Amino acid sequence: MPVEVPKDKWPGAVRVVTIGATASEGGTRKSTVTVGGEKAMPFMHFEGEIPHRPVVALEIKDRRPDDWSPLLLEAWGDSVNDPADWARAAEAAGADLILLSLSPTDPDGNAATPQAAVAAAKAVLGATGLPLMVFGPGQADLDNELLVPVAEATKGERIVLGICEDKNYRTIVATAMANGHLVSARTAMDVNLAKQLNILISDMGLPLDRVLMDPTTGALGYGIEYGYSVMERLRMAALQGDAMTQLPMIVTPGAETWKTKEAKVGEGVPSAWGNWLERAINWETLTAITLLESGADVIVLRHPESVRRVRAAIDDLMAVTETA
Amino acid sequence: MPLSGIQIYKLLPQTNCKECGFPTCLAFAMKLAAKQVELSACPYVSEESKAQLSESAAPPVRLITLKSDGYEIKAGNEVVMFRHEKTFYNKPGLFIRVRDNEAASDISAKVASIDAYKVSYVGMELTLDGFAIEAVSGDPASFATAVGTVRAASRRPLILISHDPAVTSAGLQALKGEQPLVYAATSANWEAMAELAKQHNAPLAVSADSLDDLADLTEKIKSKGVEDMVLDPGGQDLITYLTRATQIRRLALKKNFRPLGYPIITFPCRAGEPARESVWAAQAVAKYASFIVLDNAAPEAVYPLLVLRENIYTDPQKPIQVQPGLYEINNPTAEAPVLVTTNFSITYFSVANEVEASGLPAWLLVADAEGMSVLTAWAAGKFDAERIAKAVKQFGVENKVSRKRVVLPGHVAVLSGELEGELPDWEIRVGPREAVDLPMFMKQAL
Repeated sequence: MPVEVPKDKWPGAVRVVTIGATASEGGTRKSTVTVGGEKAMPFMHFEGEIPHRPVVALEIKDRRPDDWSPLLLEAWGDSVNDPADWARAAEAAGADLILLSLSPTDPDGNAATPQAAVAAAKAVLGATGLPLMVFGPGQADLDNELLVPVAEATKGERIVLGICEDKNYRTIVATAMANGHLVSARTAMDVNLAKQLNILISDMGLPLDRVLMDPTTGALGYGIEYGYSVMERLRMAALQGDAMTQLPMIVTPGAETWKTKEAKVGEGVPSAWGNWLERAINWETLTAITLLESGADVIVLRHPESVRRVRAAIDDLMAVTETA
Repeated sequence: MPLSGIQIYKLLPQTNCKECGFPTCLAFAMKLAAKQVELSACPYVSEESKAQLSESAAPPVRLITLKSDGYEIKAGNEVVMFRHEKTFYNKPGLFIRVRDNEAASDISAKVASIDAYKVSYVGMELTLDGFAIEAVSGDPASFATAVGTVRAASRRPLILISHDPAVTSAGLQALKGEQPLVYAATSANWEAMAELAKQHNAPLAVSADSLDDLADLTEKIKSKGVEDMVLDPGGQDLITYLTRATQIRRLALKKNFRPLGYPIITFPCRAGEPARESVWAAQAVAKYASFIVLDNAAPEAVYPLLVLRENIYTDPQKPIQVQPGLYEINNPTAEAPVLVTTNFSITYFSVANEVEASGLPAWLLVADAEGMSVLTAWAAGKFDAERIAKAVKQFGVENKVSRKRVVLPGHVAVLSGELEGELPDWEIRVGPREAVDLPMFMKQAL
């Protein structure tokens, strides 16, 4: 019996966003990353074009993160002591791009300085040819203080600056505009908040093909279903033609997962949780896969084995075997 | 797909006889569409219309039930493509595969330990659902023995896997009075399998490598009198499953396409390695599977899947709540501070995660705010001084701490005066608005 499959017809499409610039484009990157452009819900190749594969970023820090799980410190070994080494290790582990996330303090507990932030960003750019994202510690004022000099010192590289949120978007967007960078716009698990921030950013004159949106997602077991559904709704709105939601989505399952007890802690937990390392990697991978299914374009991870697993899943989901 | 009032009206006698209790046939049709009356209230409706109306009232994805002595698993009856459109109803069953050529003692031990597995998640006990016994031996007697061995070690529902009707029959004989899932009918064996399913009143899984072939098979099997079916869309990779499962759900919901209006079974156990198996299973949980067959029953693989299933199948129309109470974070002593928040799960997790990650000990007092976040609950009058004071007393906070001091969320600083009135010997402090600022506040201000 020939079955006629109903196809969803979408009038809209997600914008195409390119991260990084090569020498001919005014930067120094050996490769760039292009995401977005979807004309259908995630991986529905049979009814609309999915021109660019989702990409995987690895998060590294500007200095050894003593508060990270021992599992992560073990996986990265000595490279965590130097951002350039760490970036090279991340590239070797299969990252499509690097997220350098800046610490709020130096190893002695003094507030982070713009000089150190710039040095770290430059060291990473020197160590790898991959495109770069640089995120501040997540405190609006400190983010501004650190990210503006980083943006100026890396002019033309088309790096992604974050976190750009309602409290500090003016400063971050202004420096992105002045220095040819992109921003990652973060809002708290809400379709309208996401849309509103995109409008504010767009009103400042930054073209929306230089904006990624981070809808914020919880980890598996810690509210992932909210982020999951917000992402599905944002993507449907984009495909229906709502211009202010037509941005590729960036998600951070690495940071979310490694905050949870399931990933972070190995002792004093129930035996029904099983082997620590494998549980932690499953937690990060399954969080990532679930968000991939709801429309993630850039997935930021922390453990190299999770990168391998998520990349394999993306290979599989982008292999168009039948178009019905 | 349910018919509209107008479509139903066209099937009614249109005589406005009023015997149904409504002034017109159209009014009655509207009530029928809203499922507020029974069609039997109309004495004159034709048999033909009755048949059409009951067909349209049937759910687009048929409800299938597996039964064993003491357990029941329901699948199907889903009504949406995306969980935010309403909710997903029947959680997929997670089944662990057992092969009939394994030693009986191995099967017993494995099944007993998986049967006993339970893990606690936000106050719920999560378990696996049953076992899928695969006839690798090809021998009816060995299969029946294996089924008996599993049944002796666990009473959970079963899936019987074989393409040989003689083998399947032997397995079914060993499970008298149950409703296992028979896997699978194919283009080669469907007549004999349909006969067995009918004879034992068991749901029948149907396997084919394209939707066209699946639809052909289910129609043929239905014509033999088997109504309860489950679809195996086949495929050896993530994208094939995702594409076919989406198309099946969409045909059922959007087109009311009966030949594919059944729940789906999938086999991540065929992925070949445990890491890939978990990824397949996660996709299956999010995307429309009703029965998921796994090889890897290790707790570190199963626990995340059980949690994912809870998350995806929570009803988005209802806020998820945690149990109100006094929670210990980082082994607090009597000197540790008491932080107050609401019982909306995301609020609770945000606060608990930040404090836990900081390593600082604290008592987290979760007040019953009917599952709302701090500001929402405050605005709705569900998080006020009275409720907070009630929680302090109800959960015996003063017996746990030496210093009578509570920290309010910054967003409800306005409650501090009132709370002093309710708790006269307590010191009331106002904390930060956002959970992320709590560790800093605890270090510097407490």
